[in-house]
Amino acid sequence: MEALIAIAIGVLTTCGVYLLLRARTFPVVLGLTLLSYGVNLFLFAMGRLTVGAPAIIEPARAAYTDPLPQALVLTAIVIGFGMTAFVVVLALRARADLGTDHVDGDQ
Amino acid sequence: MHSSLPLMVSLPFVGALLAAWSGTQGRLWSAWVSGGVALASLGLLFGPALAVMQGETLLWQATWVPQIGLDLGFRLDGLSLLFALMILGIGLLVVLYARYYLADQDPMGRFYAYLMLFMGAMLGLVTSENLIQMAIFWELTSITSFLLVSYWRHRSEARQGARMALAITGAGGLALLGGLLLLGQIVGSYQLSDVLAAADSIKASPLYLPALLLILLGVFTKSAQFPFHFWLPHAMAAPTPVSAYLHSATMVKAGVFLLARLFPALSDTAAWTWIVAPVGLATLVLGAYTALFKHDLKGLLAYSTISHLGLITLLFGIGTPLAAVAAVFHIMNHATFKASLFMAAGIIDHEAGTRDMRRLSGLWHYMPYTGLLAMVAAAAMAGVPLLNGFLSKEMFFEKTVFMAELTDSAWLLPVFATLAGAFAVAYSLRFIHDVFFGGAPTELPRIPHEPTRWMKVPVEILVVICVAVGILPGLTFGPLLYLAAGATLQGPLPEFSLSVWHGFTPALGMSVLALLGGVAIYAVRRPLFRLHEQSFGRFDARALFIALESALLGLAAWLDQRLHRPSLQRMLAVILLAAVAVVVAGLWPSLRDGTLSGPLPLTPPDPVSIAAMLCLVVGAVGTVVLHRERWTALVMLSVVGLIVALAFVKLSAPDLALTQLSVEMVTIVLLLLALYFLPKHTPRESSLPRRLRDLTLAGAVGLTAAALVWAVLTRPYQSIAGWFLDNSVPGGGGTNVVNVILVDFRGFDTLGEITVLAIAAVGIYMLLQGLRLDAPRADAQGRPWSWDTHPLILATFARLLLPLALLVAVFILLRGHNLPGGGFIAGLVVAVALVMQYLANGITWTRPRISGQLHPLIGIGLLLSTATGLGSWYFDRPFLTSAHGHFHLPLIGDLELATAMLFDLGVLMVVVGITLVILIRLGELDALEYPPARGRRRVMAARAQLRRGGGH
Repeated sequence: MEALIAIAIGVLTTCGVYLLLRARTFPVVLGLTLLSYGVNLFLFAMGRLTVGAPAIIEPARAAYTDPLPQALVLTAIVIGFGMTAFVVVLALRARADLGTDHVDGDQ
Repeated sequence: MHSSLPLMVSLPFVGALLAAWSGTQGRLWSAWVSGGVALASLGLLFGPALAVMQGETLLWQATWVPQIGLDLGFRLDGLSLLFALMILGIGLLVVLYARYYLADQDPMGRFYAYLMLFMGAMLGLVTSENLIQMAIFWELTSITSFLLVSYWRHRSEARQGARMALAITGAGGLALLGGLLLLGQIVGSYQLSDVLAAADSIKASPLYLPALLLILLGVFTKSAQFPFHFWLPHAMAAPTPVSAYLHSATMVKAGVFLLARLFPALSDTAAWTWIVAPVGLATLVLGAYTALFKHDLKGLLAYSTISHLGLITLLFGIGTPLAAVAAVFHIMNHATFKASLFMAAGIIDHEAGTRDMRRLSGLWHYMPYTGLLAMVAAAAMAGVPLLNGFLSKEMFFEKTVFMAELTDSAWLLPVFATLAGAFAVAYSLRFIHDVFFGGAPTELPRIPHEPTRWMKVPVEILVVICVAVGILPGLTFGPLLYLAAGATLQGPLPEFSLSVWHGFTPALGMSVLALLGGVAIYAVRRPLFRLHEQSFGRFDARALFIALESALLGLAAWLDQRLHRPSLQRMLAVILLAAVAVVVAGLWPSLRDGTLSGPLPLTPPDPVSIAAMLCLVVGAVGTVVLHRERWTALVMLSVVGLIVALAFVKLSAPDLALTQLSVEMVTIVLLLLALYFLPKHTPRESSLPRRLRDLTLAGAVGLTAAALVWAVLTRPYQSIAGWFLDNSVPGGGGTNVVNVILVDFRGFDTLGEITVLAIAAVGIYMLLQGLRLDAPRADAQGRPWSWDTHPLILATFARLLLPLALLVAVFILLRGHNLPGGGFIAGLVVAVALVMQYLANGITWTRPRISGQLHPLIGIGLLLSTATGLGSWYFDRPFLTSAHGHFHLPLIGDLELATAMLFDLGVLMVVVGITLVILIRLGELDALEYPPARGRRRVMAARAQLRRGGGH
């Protein structure tokens, strides 16, 4: 399982970074989204992987997953959406004002 | 606790707001308000002042950030009382004076608002008990002085002067902060009382010298000491009331105030004497010399101020208790005569239209009363007997003689002191003679006359004080001087007598010499002027400053050129490379030893997980490979998001899975909307080597990330999770630990996060304002968009589902504290449900039914969350403490409710607000311009054109 997560994060990061380095806004937004998935998973994984033990207190249970990274990641996901939305709107504005969707405003 | 102290300091800040507001109501209101506020602060000072007179030191303290030693603390002893009286007293006179000084076109509200801000900052500075707090107020005085100096912002010399003053005093302020932090480290406390009591350990510490140097840098820049003195003459571009206030009595005295404040803790060492005294001496002589050659009245006064500040610094540098007493006395005297002189200069400027002494002459004929006042004040500045300036200057001469007798090498001290005294007499003479005598004026822009009655009142009051103190020092300034000097020394006062006549002493001889010498220098001023212009006059510190500044800016621009290429791709590549380098450097030891894998046993993967991960990899790689076909890439991307949500399900994170799932939906809708306005294809632009290079870099980042994850996941770790798990139910009243962390334990973080979201929403709202985008009329293949009514089944079901979806959201919100759910998720569910209406029914149908103006929700939500947090203060608990309890409701049953739920409701509202603001506003962009009826006709036309086009 650990290997799977490591590979998944590696792949998400690679794909995200590659798209981030493109010259047009839309692929950059896609790349940013992929990279956010990777980063969220990364943060989440810092609490180690636990299967079938959510952090919901039950009297009969002793083992729980680490709730702290989860709380961090939960807000990170929502803020990630806010950031994506901002970048998207920025891209639209740039296209409207500059007439191009190149990241540097070039034609 | 003496709560009138913080009240006194905060009153001017409130006054600033009031003055700014009342300035919009009528021209003179803000003057009245400011005068009232200054008077009220003075009234608040009365009670504490009486207690200080009884020998008490008043303290008021409140904890603020105790972890870093930052507490809110105010202190009133003799020294701070003296300064508070000067700040408020002279401040009151300046308020009155400025009301008549400012011209009709000058905005009064802004002036008085700045003046009040400065007054508050200065009061805070002199009454601070905590050193860090003192540094904060210190910086505030720099900033407010910048605002005041640049008040006439249409004048370039005002802007430049203000910038120079800010650059120099601001840089000094930074050094001071460093010095105060070191001082606090040495003592182990940032409380002034502790610092003053720890003099011996401070001087013995190895950190003493760096701390002293940094603090002195702050002092010297603020009090315009050589070689930082040159900002003060350029700050004369300020309106004259500002100069009378800041550049005579208050701000420039902040530096010497600090010398006095820390005198017991830092003085009496060789380093102190050998740094402070020479700097003071150099400033004294240089200032007095330069003042004579300034043709501008205010320029003369500025250099004279520099010189007098040098005198005070030199006295503190000499370091004996008697010298410190003389320094404090001179602070008081200088404030009175210099403020009145600045005001007189302002009156002359105001009535004669110029401040240039080469054009002014013979004003005695036109304004004899002002002339008389100016004459008395100038005589005090020159040190003429029976005026206050004479007394403290005598004390100063006496100290220099004393030093000369004590050490052989100091024989120069009385010589220089007398020389500076002589120059002071000469420039004071010039101030009077050049302006008021010497024949009738010929080149004045207007015919001068006496100013209005009330403009002279502040000058009169100050001049009367000068005379009264000069004749009866013991009865006037005496008690305050004893108090202030006692507080400066923090010990018994030395024997000294405040009287006009001390018999025939060397000091008296020096005074006489200075007076005669001054007259002599003034008599030969014309050849001296020529000599000066050919020698020292050529040297301009401002030119040096500007050269230095432009060199610094040039360096920054050069660095910027090197580092900041105008290409996002290149900059990103550099950042990513740096990130890889940092991680690889950290991982290097374990990579070298082959110990990347840790000892932790692995969790065996199951077939479903492997299959899911394969899907994820295919989705991610597919997004990249197909990224030029944007629609397809978006579909691939959504697969990845869904798999990530599944991963959260598998790995015991139901809350994350729910969040990810709902965010995924709104994200995809958002990207679809964006794509509507953007090109549908990405042109192939990068060359193959460029793509290979990017792929290599991306691969390197991915590999290091994967290696890091692997290394972490195979190692055991210490977590603070146990505490949260143990305290979630008893402390937070909820069994869903993730939610309890979000709304209770780390509620403050969450509050910050929804604030960030709100800020993003505001930014997006503004970016969308006035945005005009040409939506394509047809898709990539040239087929026009369908304007068909929205699918009946989807529309019907969406309407039916809305209440149900909202119910689900309420359910998720309510259970969030105990089971997976909560404000974030519920908010997203509401948003998805509402967006669904827009998608299924169209904007025209939905907008009248569900208000499109949902952005107030963001503010309401933020307020609700904050108010919930503040509510706990009412019960004497820390911010955001949650209360919870069991409730029994008929029909529904037992309920566990916590106030955190209200907080969560605020979170929900913010999330709903931001999501809808973005999606609906974006969706409306097009519809606003093209109502459907017209749009449909347009589609018909487009179709017809296509058919015709197809025929060709």
